[in-house]
Amino acid sequence: MTNETLLSARGLSLSFGAIPALVDVDADLWPGEVLAVVGESGSGKSTLLNVLSGRLRQQDGVVWYRDPEGRLHDVHAMPQPALRALHRSDWGFVHQNPRENLRMSVSAGGNVGERLMAQGSRHYGNIREAAIDWLRQVEIDADRVDDLPRTFSGGMLQRLQIARTLVTHPRLVFMDEPTGGLDVSVQARLLDLIRSLVRRLDIAVVLVTHDLSVARLLAHRIMVMQRGRVVESGLTDQVLDDPHHAYTQLLVSSVLQA
Amino acid sequence: MNALSGYNFAYLDEQTKRMIRRAILKAVAIPGHQVPFGSREMPLPYGWGTGGIQVTAAVLGPSDVLKVIDQGADDTTNAVSIRRFFGRTAGVRTTTATAEATLIQTRHRIPETALREDQIIVYQVPQPEPLSKLEPSRAETRRMHGLAEYGLMHVKLYEDITRFGHVSISYDYPVLVNSRYLMAPSPIPAFDNPKMHMMPALQLFGAGREKRIYAVPPYTAVKSLDFDDHPFRTTRAPHACGLCGATDSYLDEVVTDDRGGRLFVCSDTDHCETRRAAGHVGAEAPTADELAAE
Ligand SMILES: [Zn+2]
Repeated sequence: MTNETLLSARGLSLSFGAIPALVDVDADLWPGEVLAVVGESGSGKSTLLNVLSGRLRQQDGVVWYRDPEGRLHDVHAMPQPALRALHRSDWGFVHQNPRENLRMSVSAGGNVGERLMAQGSRHYGNIREAAIDWLRQVEIDADRVDDLPRTFSGGMLQRLQIARTLVTHPRLVFMDEPTGGLDVSVQARLLDLIRSLVRRLDIAVVLVTHDLSVARLLAHRIMVMQRGRVVESGLTDQVLDDPHHAYTQLLVSSVLQA
Repeated sequence: MNALSGYNFAYLDEQTKRMIRRAILKAVAIPGHQVPFGSREMPLPYGWGTGGIQVTAAVLGPSDVLKVIDQGADDTTNAVSIRRFFGRTAGVRTTTATAEATLIQTRHRIPETALREDQIIVYQVPQPEPLSKLEPSRAETRRMHGLAEYGLMHVKLYEDITRFGHVSISYDYPVLVNSRYLMAPSPIPAFDNPKMHMMPALQLFGAGREKRIYAVPPYTAVKSLDFDDHPFRTTRAPHACGLCGATDSYLDEVVTDDRGGRLFVCSDTDHCETRRAAGHVGAEAPTADELAAE
């Protein structure tokens, strides 16, 4: 780990009417690090993900992103073309529902190849080869490359979305409940896959989840949010084994009781 | 001039023509970019080339010589009625000879005869948005054009090659104009696409129902989208024209009798007639005796 952050947020605040979604939130993410943002529904964790990724604008505060050349960018001051290009190249976004990201009427290979084509790849054979390689990396049979996603199971769809996202080798991936809505056994396999991919490829991840066991398995560090505030943060094991804040203690105890 | 009285020259009033000309100027300044315009009601239903007719009306002058083709032919109902329309409302001279025309309005073809700097070709366009089948949202396609994000179009080509082994688009094959804007060339055969590249004539496109005008100025690069390992190729029926023997023109298949007889002939009727007049004879051309017997 270098001492230069990939992403830094300072003083983020945002309210929806009278409801505070973010209150003076700071966050730092280093290259190759997985940061989990946990909390219950309405805690502000999804709002934070959307603000960090530039999909939503905060009322106060700033988000800095450091590009591969080491230049800092104020994410919300970037021109739209540059931000969109960033989302197609050095960044990725994995949605809870893969159908939001995938093109259901386009083959698995076309789905994986789209980001390459968007970046200017113009060699069919190379694009297809890259798509097959990525299907293998997410444990989808290479002979499914020409199949439409609607013939895929839920777990396969999520793995296809991950392949489609990682094909451009992003350094930073935002994940919104990536294992949500899946059966427990399917979840476990997907978590193992995500863990091995992000370690092997040295990807930094901001992971939003309500599931502390997902955070435990994937994240180096954790931020616990309640009503728009970060109430506790630190190394994942330390926070979960020895929670200091009453709200974190409540979350941990509810998992232990379950 | 023998223009029909009661109408302004070329039917449209001068204010409307000025509005259309402004759209055309903007379109020429931004090659391949779709410019909205206030399409007027025309005395022809949509689908009969009302966009092309309005563009033609806006640029037509009294000394112009007009040619109108439909699928390459000067003698179809559509071509004849549009030619008659301008003959009546503008009193301009009309022709079927590509080389004599100063303004050519077309549906579905580019003439085989190379066009010159002193000519304008006006295309009738049913759907100006090349991404319409892939992305239904107008706002999103506008954004894609604004940011030159055309990866989605290549996804379509990728899918075609995956499914059929080649790009299956035979008409309205998408092009990139001036290395910037993705453009629908209107439903001309892909065979005609290379003619658009660096064409000396001004190319104007009018979509009446969709209220869009776009243009390719003279000598502008027009590239048909492809992959490095699946380069764009034109195809034509593997025959010689039955009437004039041409082996390089775009052919139509014509059923000649009710016993399954077929004939391949140039779709560009002027091209075929000009060649026959110059003495070129195809294998199926009627003999002098047959003609006399008719
Ligand atoms: Zn011929």
